This record gives sequence, C-alpha cells and structure tokens, in this order.
Amino acid sequence: MVRSGTLILNVAARFLLPLQLLFSVFLLLRGHDEPGGGFIAGLVAAGAFALYLFAFGLRALRAMIRVSPRDLVGFGLLFALLSTLPAWWQGEPFFTSQWWTVPIIDYKASTPLIFDIGVYLVVLGSVLTAITALTETDREHDA
Amino acid sequence: MMQLVVLSGFVLAAAAPFLFRWLGDRTAAIMALFPAALVLWLLAQWPTVVAGEPLWLEMAWVPGLGISLDFLIDGLSLLFALLIAGIGAFVLLYAGEYLRGHPDLPRFLVIITAFMMSMLGLVLADNLVALFVFWELTSITSYLLIGFNHTDLPARKAALQGLLVTVAGGLALMAGLVMLAIAGESWSLAELATRGDSLREHPLYTPMLLCVLLGAFTKSAQFPFHFWLPNAMAAPTPVSAYLHSATMVKAGIYLLARLQPGLGGTELWIVILSLVGALTMFTGAFQAIRHINVKKLLAYSTVMALGTLTMLLGIGTEGAMVAFVTFLLAHSLYKGALFMVAGILDHETGTKDVTAMGGLRRVMPLTATVALIAAFSLAGLPPLLGFIGKELMFESVLDASHLTALILLLAFMAAFLTIAVAAIVALRPFFGEPHQTLRVAHEPPLAMLAGPAVLAALSLLLGLVPGSLDGLVGVTVARLGAGEASVHLALWHGINVPLLLSLAGLVLGWLVYRRWDRVRARLAYLDPLMARGPEAGYDALMAALVRLAEWQTRVLQNGYLRNYLAVTLLVLVALVGHAFFFRHAARFDVSIDVYLHEAVAVGLMIAGAVAACLMKSRLAAVAAVGVMGFSIALTFVLFSAPDLAITQLLVETLTVILLVLVLFRLPRFANLSAPGERLRDLIVASAFGLMVTLLMLAVLAGERLPRISDYMVDNSQPQGHGHNIVNVILVDFRALDTLGEIFVLALAAVGVYAMLRFHAAEGSRPATKRPRASDDGE
Repeated sequence: MVRSGTLILNVAARFLLPLQLLFSVFLLLRGHDEPGGGFIAGLVAAGAFALYLFAFGLRALRAMIRVSPRDLVGFGLLFALLSTLPAWWQGEPFFTSQWWTVPIIDYKASTPLIFDIGVYLVVLGSVLTAITALTETDREHDA
Repeated sequence: MMQLVVLSGFVLAAAAPFLFRWLGDRTAAIMALFPAALVLWLLAQWPTVVAGEPLWLEMAWVPGLGISLDFLIDGLSLLFALLIAGIGAFVLLYAGEYLRGHPDLPRFLVIITAFMMSMLGLVLADNLVALFVFWELTSITSYLLIGFNHTDLPARKAALQGLLVTVAGGLALMAGLVMLAIAGESWSLAELATRGDSLREHPLYTPMLLCVLLGAFTKSAQFPFHFWLPNAMAAPTPVSAYLHSATMVKAGIYLLARLQPGLGGTELWIVILSLVGALTMFTGAFQAIRHINVKKLLAYSTVMALGTLTMLLGIGTEGAMVAFVTFLLAHSLYKGALFMVAGILDHETGTKDVTAMGGLRRVMPLTATVALIAAFSLAGLPPLLGFIGKELMFESVLDASHLTALILLLAFMAAFLTIAVAAIVALRPFFGEPHQTLRVAHEPPLAMLAGPAVLAALSLLLGLVPGSLDGLVGVTVARLGAGEASVHLALWHGINVPLLLSLAGLVLGWLVYRRWDRVRARLAYLDPLMARGPEAGYDALMAALVRLAEWQTRVLQNGYLRNYLAVTLLVLVALVGHAFFFRHAARFDVSIDVYLHEAVAVGLMIAGAVAACLMKSRLAAVAAVGVMGFSIALTFVLFSAPDLAITQLLVETLTVILLVLVLFRLPRFANLSAPGERLRDLIVASAFGLMVTLLMLAVLAGERLPRISDYMVDNSQPQGHGHNIVNVILVDFRALDTLGEIFVLALAAVGVYAMLRFHAAEGSRPATKRPRASDDGE
C-alpha cells in the first residue's frame, strides 16, 4: 500500500536520512557519558530508514541498505558476543570490560562500546525486519 | 592454556569449510594433526599425573556465581582425554576417506571437530556448570551427526529421538547438579569429592542422586533408555565409532565415576547401579544376537559394555574400580576398531548385513587380521586387554556385596552372548564361502585402515604388557576414592573361578555362534514382545506430548491477543499478589508529596487511557494512547531520566510508523467485544493496575532494604568509565541481562518475519489453520 510520497517528502527524506544517521551514530558514541546509547541510536536510525521507505518505497530502501535486515540482527548478536571475549585473553572473567585508548585521536575504545554497537545493530535490524516484512506482505496483499 | 586450546578447537571447527575450499580432500587428514598434537601434549603430562599430582589449570568465567572454566587433569580425565583426542585423530583421518567426495564433508568436519572439543571440555572441566554446558554441547553435536543424512527420514527420526532422550536426561541432570552444589556448597568436582560424608547425609541426597542418575543413564544408554543408541546407528560409521561407542556415550559413566567419591557407597547407589547396569548388560548382549546388521550388533554390544561399566561403579569395591578402568580402556580400543572395520566392510561391499558377506579374508587379509584381534578382545580371549578386563569384572562381581547371585547370572549370560557376537562380527564376513556382494571388495585405503589397526595393536600390546598401565590405573582408582591402590594388572591369575566362568562362557558362546541362524529364527517369535519394549513407551510419550501441545495451543495460544494479555496479567497478579500479601507482610507508604506539574502529567495519562477505551474510531483511539505515551515520557523528564524519556518518545514514533503500515489491512474498527467481555477486561485491567500501585507504595515504604542505585551511582564513573549511569548499567554492569534482552529482541524479529511470511504464503486465507506437525516432529 505504501507508495512513493510527495515531492516535499521525497526531498526531505533525501536530506534528512544522512543527518538522522549521523545523529544516531553521534547518540551511539556519546551514549556512555551523555543521554543516548545503542538502543536509542538504533531506534533513531530505524526511524530514518522508515522515512526513506515512505518516500521511495521498499525497493529503493533495499537497494540502499544492501544487507538484509535479518543479517543486521545476526551481526549485532555476533558483535555483542565477541565483546565478551577479550576479557578471557587478559585472563579476567568473561564479560569484564576492557578499555583501550586509540593513540592519535585520543579516543577511548572499549568492549562496552563494541557491545553497544551490537545492541544498535540488533535494534535497527529487528525494527527494519518488522517494517520491511509488513510492507512486503502489504504489497503482496494488494497484488 | 588448555582452555584456550579447546576454545580454539571450536574456531578450527568453524574454519573447516574454508580450509576445505583451500585444501580439498586432504583437509580431514590435516585437521587430524590438531588432536594428534593434543595426544602428544597429554602424553607429556602422563608422568606428572601418574605420580599423583593432578594438573590444575585455572581460568575465571563468572566468578561472581562460582562458575569457572578450571580444568583438572587427573588419572581419569587424562585417560578420557587421551581416548578422545587419540581416537578423534584417527576418526578424522578415516572420515576423510569414508566420506570422500560427499558434498557435505565440510559440514561433517565442522560438527565432528566441535563435538571433539565439547567432549574434551566435558572430561577436563572441574566446574559443574562448565561440565553441564559441554555435556549439552555433546548432545547437540550428536544430534547433528546422527541426522547427518538429513534427507533420510529414519536418520532424522533417530537423531531427534537421541536428542530428546539425552536432553530430557540433561534437564534432570541440571536439577541434580544444582542440588549437589547446594548440598556440597561448591561447584567444583574436586571439592565435592572430598565432602562425601556430608553429601550422603544431606536431606537432598536421594532426589539429587536420582536426578543425576537419570542424566547419566540417558546419556550412557542404560536400560530402559538404551533404545536410542542402536537407532543412532543411522549416523555415518565414523560417528558411530567415535561418539556412540568410544566417547560420548561414556560421558554418563564418566560423571558417575567422578561423583563416586561424593555420592557413592550408599545402599541406594549400590543397588540401583548394579541392578540397572546388570540389566543393561544382559539386554544389550541379548538384543545383539537378534540382529544381522553389523552396526546394530556392535551397537547392542556397546550397550552391554556400558551396562558393565555402570555395574562395576555400583559394586564400587577397589577391585571393581580397577576392573572399571581396565574395561573402559579395553572397550574403547576394541569397539572403536570394530566399528571402523564395520565401516570398511560397508564401504567395500555395499552392505551392512553380515549374513550377506563371507570369505572376505582372501581379498582383504589386513582388515581380517585387525578385525580378528579386536573381536578377540571383545570376546575377552587372552592375551588381549579385553581378557584382563573381563577377568577383573568377574572377580569383582563375585565380591559384590548386594544381589550377588542375580548380577553374576546376568553377567555370565552377557559374557557368553558377547562371545557369540564377537564371533559373528569377526568370523562370519571373513571366513566361509565368498558371497556375491554389491561391490567388488578389496583392501581399503591406508587412511581407513590406520585407525583400526593402531587400536587393535594397542589392545594386543597392552594385553601383553599390562604392567605399563599400573600407574595410570592405580592413580585413577585412588582418585575415585577406593583407597590407596597399588595396582598390578596381569594376564595370568592362575586357575580360579573367573577363569572357569570364562571357559564355560567360551563353550556356550561358540555353540550360540554355530547355531546362530537357528537361534535367531527362534528369537523371532519374541518380536511382538520386543515391540512393546521401552521404545514403545517413548513413542507413546511423544504422541501424548503432541496431543498435549495441540490441546494447550487450542486453549492458550488461540490467536486472540486480548486472551494472551488477560492470561499474562492474571498470572502476574496471582503470583506477585501471593508473594506480596501472604509471604511478606506488606507495608505501604501513602504519604507522598505531589507537585502540581506532576499531577498534571498523571491526569493527562489517565485521560489518555480512558479516552482510548471510549473512542469510536481507530485513529482517535491511537491518538489517545499516544497522549498517554507522551505523558509517560513527560514524567520521565520530570524525574530527570532523559534516556528513558527519549526511548519512550522514539517508541511512540515507531508505533505510529507501524500503524501507518498496517492501517489499511486491519478490519473495520467495530465494537467487537460484548458488554460481558468488556466487564471482564475491566476487572482484569483494574486488578493489575491496583496490584502495581500497591507494589509501588510498598517499595516506597521498604526503606530498610539497601538501595542498589547508590552502588551504581558511586561506581559508574570509576569502574564503568562513564557518566551516563543508565548506559553503564546497560552495557557494563548488567551487560549479561542486556545480552539476553537483545537475543529476545532478535527472536521477536524472526518471529514477526516468520509469521508475516507464513501468512503471505498462505495468501489471503486466515492464519488460524496451521499444518499439523509432521511425524518426525519437524
């Protein structure tokens, strides 16, 4: 049922999508110290893609994100699981957080951040899975 | 560290398909180097372990819960680890040839390597939780291996049966292990072994023993759970040789042996183990001679061996423990070899029917020699290791304190029937007149012959110089709590009762072999009776389970969202209400200061909720629910919880998006529920609301409890390196919970997808009618 939107929506979606995605990454990265985090960021990103879907339709959305939303879910879970392992390497208990400093830009990288990226991907993937599946059945229903 | 070796074994398993693309047919042989290296490392530990100094390898896992990945290498685990890695190396080598050209060979390598690592973890782990995790991993990999030929219906059925039986036992085992840890106040097997006296007097002793036994008996195919093992022969032969004779089915036995110092020695233990063991032993040997399929013959004789081991653990004297270790080793060696020979026969002749083979010694003399040596060990003839094992077994049965006459009778019958089985397997295909077979048989490739040849040679060598095992057996027996044994294994014990029993068994066994065809025809009369065995019970149970599932689906999972909601809420009200009013005297704090703006937010919420119930149009109702959601977000803001507020707002937005997508697909918004139903819904909703309100008031009154949030606030920056406490809790302090939640989220997404796709595939028909589960439960 969802068809391509109006001119205003199309233009707005095209310009808003990168901004929203950027904002979601911003929320993700600052989440440890300021309001934000993987869950919220994932929802923002999903909203961005939903807007794009309303404006350009399912095929355009698929062509843009290329990976299947279900793969995003899988990758997210994998990221979250992998973030538990470096602790073992250090001889510490499973899931103990590890912190490193990236030299030149002086950025704090950590396993909680990797874990949060996993959460982000799972949330984004799950919502997109639901939205695309709904759109898909909708279209088949119309046909 | 050994732990990392085992964990990297799993990585190797995952890498197998990529290795295969690169190395082709040599992959299996090259991967066999990994367990081979492990064998060398384990052999290097031999002198230390035999000197009575078990190797401790510590590794933390979840120390807060007492869960570790500590590995303990003592006599018993060294013996098991050597068997697992050693036979594993040969099985990999063998499978590379056996399945050469099979399109699914890479998948096979993945699963069997994963199994090998799980099994190693199982026998090396000292922690009950770690042991249990590895235990379940072996069940799952076994399932995948039995069902390897997944296009074959019987194979899938057998795989599912094996899985259900062992996993049901695993569930009981988990309960048993938890009780064990409670009673022994430790999760460490080594600790528990030293607390036998307090464990045996603990009130939980009987339930925990029964639960643990259920787990061990299902895993190790003890009567009446033995039926899954012969069916598991649907797996490719290397799997049967490895999992279903030499290693996995011995996991239950291993666990019992480990727990012997902690739980063993009581009347209950001795009677159950000796009786079940002896019955299993006899059932296995008796069932074996009814079959003409060489793999089934061997499978039932494995059941017989597993029964023997359980019985010896039950008898539990020092002599019985020596017999246990010797028999265990002997059985793994000869049975591994015989299964691989059976695979060779199948591979070379194209049949598994022993009556269809004959005279093969002329075309495959090497295989015939190997088969003969291994079968001699199975039959318990000197000078093989099997002979020593059997003599020791008879000796300890004669010394048994309980049920001596009964188990001696069963043991003797099992022994002579086993001799017949050995003769059938080793003589029938290789001697007599040559038969026309599907393929023209000749010697198998070296890679397939290497494994059985080495195992058979070991059976012979260790039989000739049993003294080389004294140290290992002695140290193992000492660790099993049967005193400071100085063990001397010997081939010749003089003329004594066991030897006479063996001789009588040999004569009877030979007679059974000579008249096997007639015996089998006679036994065929028993077939209707056999069809009513334990397996029929399993089938009836499964059918009942399916009926129960159908019934509860009709009643509970009826597809009406409001019923799900009502059931969930009522259960919550009942459970929480019970805990609240009957188990704790609840106190309420009703003196609450309310500011005006807070009251306004609450008023908006209430107005939204009431409006949503009264609206006549869908959009209006949704908008009213939206008002409620935004008021909740507002409340979060007022109480300075920005993260929650943002999340709430985003969820509200998402709801709108989802609504837009489904708006035109929903039926007309009619007043679907009758007044009576509305009243019922009102009562449910009010009850739930009331309970949550009371809960909140009680929480406010419960100042005596320490506040967990203070800890979070204090430690978020120093330990979690973050200022956003909510996020630190989510991704660091309580990350395990979050991990669980995202798995749930992922499952929900898969569920939504499956439901919608399923519905779409059905076209516009309603999704209420579902296809019945097919017979194999897929």
